[in-house]
Amino acid sequence: MASHNESIIREPLITGNDITYAKITNDVLKPVENMPTKAWWIGFAVASLAACLWVFAVSWTFWYGIGSWGLNKTVGWAWDITGFVWWVGIGHAGTLISAILLLFRQNWRNSINRSAEAMTIFAVICAATYIVAHMGRPWMAVYSLPFPNQYGSLWVNFNSPLIWDVFAISTYFSVSLVFWYTGLLPDMASIRDRATGIRRRIYSVLSFGWTGSVKTWQRFETVSLILAGISTPLVLSVHTIVSMDFATSLEPGWHTTIFPPYFVAGAIFSGFAMVQTLLLILRKVLGLENYITMFHIESMNKIILVTGSIVGVAYLTEFFIAYYSGGEYEQYTFLNRFVGPYWWAGCMMYGCNVLMTQMMWFKKVRTNIPISWVLSIVVNIGMWFERFVIIVVSLHRDFIPSSWAMFYPTWVDMSVFIGSIGVFFTLFLLFIRVAPSIAMAEVKLLLKSSSEQAKKKLMEEGHVDPSHAEFYKESLTKFDSVELSQYEKA
Amino acid sequence: MSSTKFILGLFDDPDVMMHGIDKLQKNSVPIYDVYTPMPIHGIEAKLGIKPSRLGFAAFMFGCLGGTTIFSLVYYFLVHDWPMNIGGKPAFAVPDFIPVTFEWTVLFTAFGMTITFFFATHLFPGRAPRVMDFRATDDRFVIAIDAKGNIPHEDITNILKEAGAVEIKHNDRKYVSYE
Repeated sequence: MASHNESIIREPLITGNDITYAKITNDVLKPVENMPTKAWWIGFAVASLAACLWVFAVSWTFWYGIGSWGLNKTVGWAWDITGFVWWVGIGHAGTLISAILLLFRQNWRNSINRSAEAMTIFAVICAATYIVAHMGRPWMAVYSLPFPNQYGSLWVNFNSPLIWDVFAISTYFSVSLVFWYTGLLPDMASIRDRATGIRRRIYSVLSFGWTGSVKTWQRFETVSLILAGISTPLVLSVHTIVSMDFATSLEPGWHTTIFPPYFVAGAIFSGFAMVQTLLLILRKVLGLENYITMFHIESMNKIILVTGSIVGVAYLTEFFIAYYSGGEYEQYTFLNRFVGPYWWAGCMMYGCNVLMTQMMWFKKVRTNIPISWVLSIVVNIGMWFERFVIIVVSLHRDFIPSSWAMFYPTWVDMSVFIGSIGVFFTLFLLFIRVAPSIAMAEVKLLLKSSSEQAKKKLMEEGHVDPSHAEFYKESLTKFDSVELSQYEKA
Repeated sequence: MSSTKFILGLFDDPDVMMHGIDKLQKNSVPIYDVYTPMPIHGIEAKLGIKPSRLGFAAFMFGCLGGTTIFSLVYYFLVHDWPMNIGGKPAFAVPDFIPVTFEWTVLFTAFGMTITFFFATHLFPGRAPRVMDFRATDDRFVIAIDAKGNIPHEDITNILKEAGAVEIKHNDRKYVSYE
C-alpha cells in the first residue's frame, strides 16, 4: 500500500523535491500534449527517410526476388536471418522488464516498462518483416500456417523448429501487444480526461472507456499479474525456439545443446542495450530525469554486465566443447572464426560482447551516461556480429571444401538492414508523441514510498538510523538529478 | 427536493482517502464507488468487493488452447497424414510440446483479457462514464449515491472532516457525456 515506508537505504526511484501526482501527469504528457520539438522533427525526418529506404529495398526484393541479395548456394541464410534474430533478441528486454521484473517485484521497472514494451513490439515487427522478406515471394507466408489445401491436405510439419518459430513469434507479438495495450488503458484515460474536442474523442476510443473504479483496478491488476506470469516462460520459449532453428541442424557451429540458454541470455543482453540506447536519449530530450534516474541506468548496466558475462561463459563453453568433442569439423568452425576470412567479424563479436562489457564492473563506468550510451551501442553492434558469425561464418565453410564460398552483401541487403532500423525508430518516435512514454499510474504508486522527497521526509522526522542516513546520502552522490547541497546541512 | 445525484469527495492523498472511507462507513454512509488514478490496495476489502475470478478464466482458456492445438497437431500428423521420418513414430509428443505451449499462452492471454474487457465493459468506442475528470490524474474520488442518503450536509461534513480537498454535488451521474 502507498503508506508503507520503504527502508531509507534503498535508493530513490523518483528524484526531485516538488513532485506531486499532478506533476507526474504533466511531465509525462508534455510530449503528447504539445507540438513536437525540433529535435523530434529532425529525428523523425531521418528515421522516416530510412524507413522509405526499407520500403524501396523490400519492394526491390519482391520484384526481382532474393537473387538481389548476396546469398549463394553455400550461404543461404545471411543478413536476413542475422537481422531477424537481432531484432527478436532486442525485443526480449521489454518483456523481461514488464513481466519478469514484475514477478520479482522490482519497482524500478515501473518507469521504464512502457517504452521498453513499445520497443519490444516495434522490434518484433522489424523481425517479422525479415521473415516475410526472406521468403522472396511473401504470399508464400500463408503456407507456414496449417490451412486445409488442395495438396492432400498436406499439413505443415509440426516436427520442424521453423514451424514452432512461426507459432512462437506470432504468439509473442500478439501477447506482448495485449500486455502493452492493457497497461496503456489507464494512461490513455488520463490523456482523454485532460483533452478537449477531437483529441478527447480519439483518446476516448483508445482508452476503451476506462474509469479507474475499484473493480476495474482490481481486475486490471489480476490481468497484469497473470499476463506477467505467462509472458515469462513465453519470452524464454521464443528465443529458445529461435535457437533451435539452428541447434537442431547438423551444421558445425549450430549443432550445439547450449544454444537455448545462450541465445536467451544474448537476447536479454542486446535488448537491455537497446533500452539503454533509447532511454538515455529519451530522459534527456523529454526531461524525464526525475523518473528515469541514475539508479535505473545503473541497474540496467548491471543486467547488461550479468547477461554479457553469461554470454561470455557460453562462448568459452562452445570453444571448450569444440576442443573436447574431438570433432574436426566442429574444431575447424571455431578456429575459422579467428583465422578465416571473416576473422574481423569474430573479433567484433568477442570484443564488443565480452571485453567491452566487462568494463561495467567499474561503478564509474556504470554511472557515466556518455560511456553507458557508447557501450550500449557497442553491445548492439557486437550482438549483430554474433548472429552474423553464427550464421554466415558457420555456413560459408562447412563439410565440403569444394563448396566453400564467401558472402558479400549487396546494396539491397544493406538497405533492408538500415531501413529496418529506420522503421523501428519511426514507430518509436510516433509512439512517444501519441502515448505516454512512462506508465504514469505505476509511477504514481511509487511517489509516497520510494521517492526522494518521501525519504527526505523520513529523515527530517528523525526516525532514521544515522548510519543508514549517511549510507543513503552517499548513494545519492551518483545521481545527476539530485541536488546534493540540500543534504549537507541536514 | 435537491437535484443532487451524486456527492463526490475529492482527496489528494490515497491514505487520507482511505480514512475517508472508514469515516463514511462508520457513519453508515454507503459508498457507490471509488475512482483512483492508480491501483490502491485495500479498498476492495473495505468496500467488500470479492476477489477477481479472472484467474480461473485464465486457467480454463489455457487448458482450451493447449487441448486445441494438441488435438489439431494429432489430427494433422498422426491421423490425417502420418509422415515416415526415418521410421520414427508419427505421434512424436516431444515435438508437439512447443506449439502446445505457445497456444496455451496465446489462449490464456487473449481469453483472459477479453473476459476482463467484457466483464468491465471496456471496448473501443465505449462512452467513458467519468464522474470527475481529475480521477485519472491526481484526485482520489469517493462517490456517494445522493438518492436516499440524506441529509447531504452531513455527508459533506464527514468528507470535509476526513480531509477532502473538494466536495462536489453533481446533478448528473457522469460528467463525460457530451
